Amino acid sequence: MKELLQVRGLTKTFRLSAKQQKLEKTREKVRTAVNDLSFTANEGEIFGLLGPNGAGKTTTLRMLATLIRPDSGDAVLDGASVVKEPEQVRGKIGFLTSELKLEEFFTPNYLFDFFSTLHGVPPQVRRQRREALFARFGIDRFAEVKVADLSTGMKQKVSLVVSIVHDPDIIIFDEPTNGLDVLTARVVTDFLQELRSQGKTIIVSTHIFSLVEKLCDRVGIIIDGRMVCCGTLEEIRRGGSLEDRFFDIYRETVGEAE
Amino acid sequence: MKSNGIIAIMRKELARFFGDKRMVVSILLPGLLIYVMYSFMGQAMGSLYGVEEDYVPTVQVVNLPASVSALVEASGGMALVETDASAVEEAKAAVAEQGLDLLAVFPADFDQAVAAYDPAGGGAAPDVEIYYNAASTASQSTYMLLTGLLDAYEAQLANKFDINAGGGVYDLASEKDTAGTYFASLMPLLLMIFLYSGCVAVAPESIAGEKERGTIATMLITPIRRGDIAVGKILALAVVALLSGASSAVGTVLALPKLVGAASDELSANIYGVQDYLLLAAVILSTVLLLVTLISILSTFAKTVKEAQTYVMPLMILVMVLGVTAMFGGGAKTELWYYLIPLYNSVQCMVGVFSFSTVTAGVAAALAANAVYTVLGVFLLTRMFNSEKIVFSR
Ligand SMILES: Nc1ncnc2c1ncn2[C@@H]1O[C@H](COP(=O)(O)OP(=O)(O)OP(=O)(O)O)[C@@H](O)[C@H]1O
Ligand SMILES: [Mg+2]
Repeated sequence: MKELLQVRGLTKTFRLSAKQQKLEKTREKVRTAVNDLSFTANEGEIFGLLGPNGAGKTTTLRMLATLIRPDSGDAVLDGASVVKEPEQVRGKIGFLTSELKLEEFFTPNYLFDFFSTLHGVPPQVRRQRREALFARFGIDRFAEVKVADLSTGMKQKVSLVVSIVHDPDIIIFDEPTNGLDVLTARVVTDFLQELRSQGKTIIVSTHIFSLVEKLCDRVGIIIDGRMVCCGTLEEIRRGGSLEDRFFDIYRETVGEAE
Repeated sequence: MKSNGIIAIMRKELARFFGDKRMVVSILLPGLLIYVMYSFMGQAMGSLYGVEEDYVPTVQVVNLPASVSALVEASGGMALVETDASAVEEAKAAVAEQGLDLLAVFPADFDQAVAAYDPAGGGAAPDVEIYYNAASTASQSTYMLLTGLLDAYEAQLANKFDINAGGGVYDLASEKDTAGTYFASLMPLLLMIFLYSGCVAVAPESIAGEKERGTIATMLITPIRRGDIAVGKILALAVVALLSGASSAVGTVLALPKLVGAASDELSANIYGVQDYLLLAAVILSTVLLLVTLISILSTFAKTVKEAQTYVMPLMILVMVLGVTAMFGGGAKTELWYYLIPLYNSVQCMVGVFSFSTVTAGVAAALAANAVYTVLGVFLLTRMFNSEKIVFSR
């Protein structure tokens, strides 16, 4: 099995503004969002980052997607370093998170073509891919409707499709089912499994245990910016339910810190 | 791949603006509004100070002297009606109610009294009383006409010397120069404001707006270079801003003669040749590129469109102040270093074109300087797009 992704000692701190300090009722000036985080993911597997709110999941994925730079440490995706070769990394990954929005004025057709151009996808390939993906997600009927007029679920599907116009080998999804109804969530999880069967490597973050149990091959549990344990789903569960194991681990970790 | 990115961004920005009818209207409307407003103002001012051409005002005169009668007859333009001294109060009331245009009361034997009066003697001069109504345009203008005639008559009585009594042309400025001076004092300010408004109408929306709505991050995770985003956006924004500025400028040039009213024959933009317009177009283009870049940089610091509009306020004041400097005439500056000061150099170039005093080396210096500033600005913008602190500031 090929290790397609290596994360080594990723660390990220944020300087908190006076406004943020007040808002979060804290005196600390610097927040360590991700603290010396390491893990690897293999080709053709779904890796889950599981953690409570504020654990640092989104921050980790944003570093992998080269939107923000780590303070220290590095991640190598299919041979490209996020620190040294961010532009190469961007060509290899598809990234989806709720903070990435589509311009509401445009139609799915336009956006698909626009992002294909930015990714350097040849027109011929683009057309085939668009037809296949739009049909797969039922976007074809809405292909000429402005994004502003689409339902939340349809918007999410368009965002998903647009994030993979270049057929990337590594797909990074932050909270893939957040805010979706069960039907749309199902479409998304089914698609992720389909991608895995095509040999894609997928990293998802979530705080939903059932999603991890259903989807993931390997899991990393992240609390307070640290990777507290990492392994196959079975290794982590040790025969019990993931939820029970998580609370044990959480108690151990937070208890240690106090 | 490289230019592909720039073109893709440009096309997207232009599609955004021209695909939206509301945007197109908001870009082109100012020009139409300016034309309608200025024309209307010109008309309103015209009717305020002018009286209908063929209207002959009526003046009631008490003790009409022969000399004045002859004067008025010679000049024409008003009808004199002799009135008895007893009707003065009645006539005053008529003037007050705008039923009568003017009432002139001369002393009895005005002509003799004038002839006999010796200014050196110190006694009171014969006094003419003219009652008028400033609220009535006709009354006011008739008052001016009659007092003008009487003043001229008085001057003629005591004539010691003349100024410009011959019928020749004494103002040696050509019509071209007069109009040029006028345009040169006004147009730079107007143009700068129009260009600025055009840029502000689009740049904050395109840059701070994309930040605010989270759509810029979606572009930043593609392999496109940040520099391409900056250049593509600036080029597209400049096109839109130019259109908006051009619409306003055309509206103004068409409406100016109407605003100025009577002088309209002299105030035609026809005095400028193709070369002047080409020069002006080059200056405008370089100014818009610089302005769009500056406003884009300021907008990139902002988290929201509203915030961006606050950030660009000082720039607007600066642009207006620089535009006003064009009013303190004297033609374009000849010292080259003035043409290196951004924005001020645009004003100077415009003054030069409009007043036919273009300093060619100055314009060349200004265009080159602006190009350098713009490139530096694009470079800075690229750096800013690369900075997570600026793009993802919260
Ligand atoms: N730009 C930023 N400036 C300041 N603090 C930040 C910033 N981004 C994240 N943080 C802080 O870093 C910590 C980790 O945030 P992150 O969004 O990565 O958590 P998460 O695991 O994704 O949580 P959630 O489940 O709520 O999405 C939080 O305390 C958050 O407040
Ligand atoms: Mg998150």
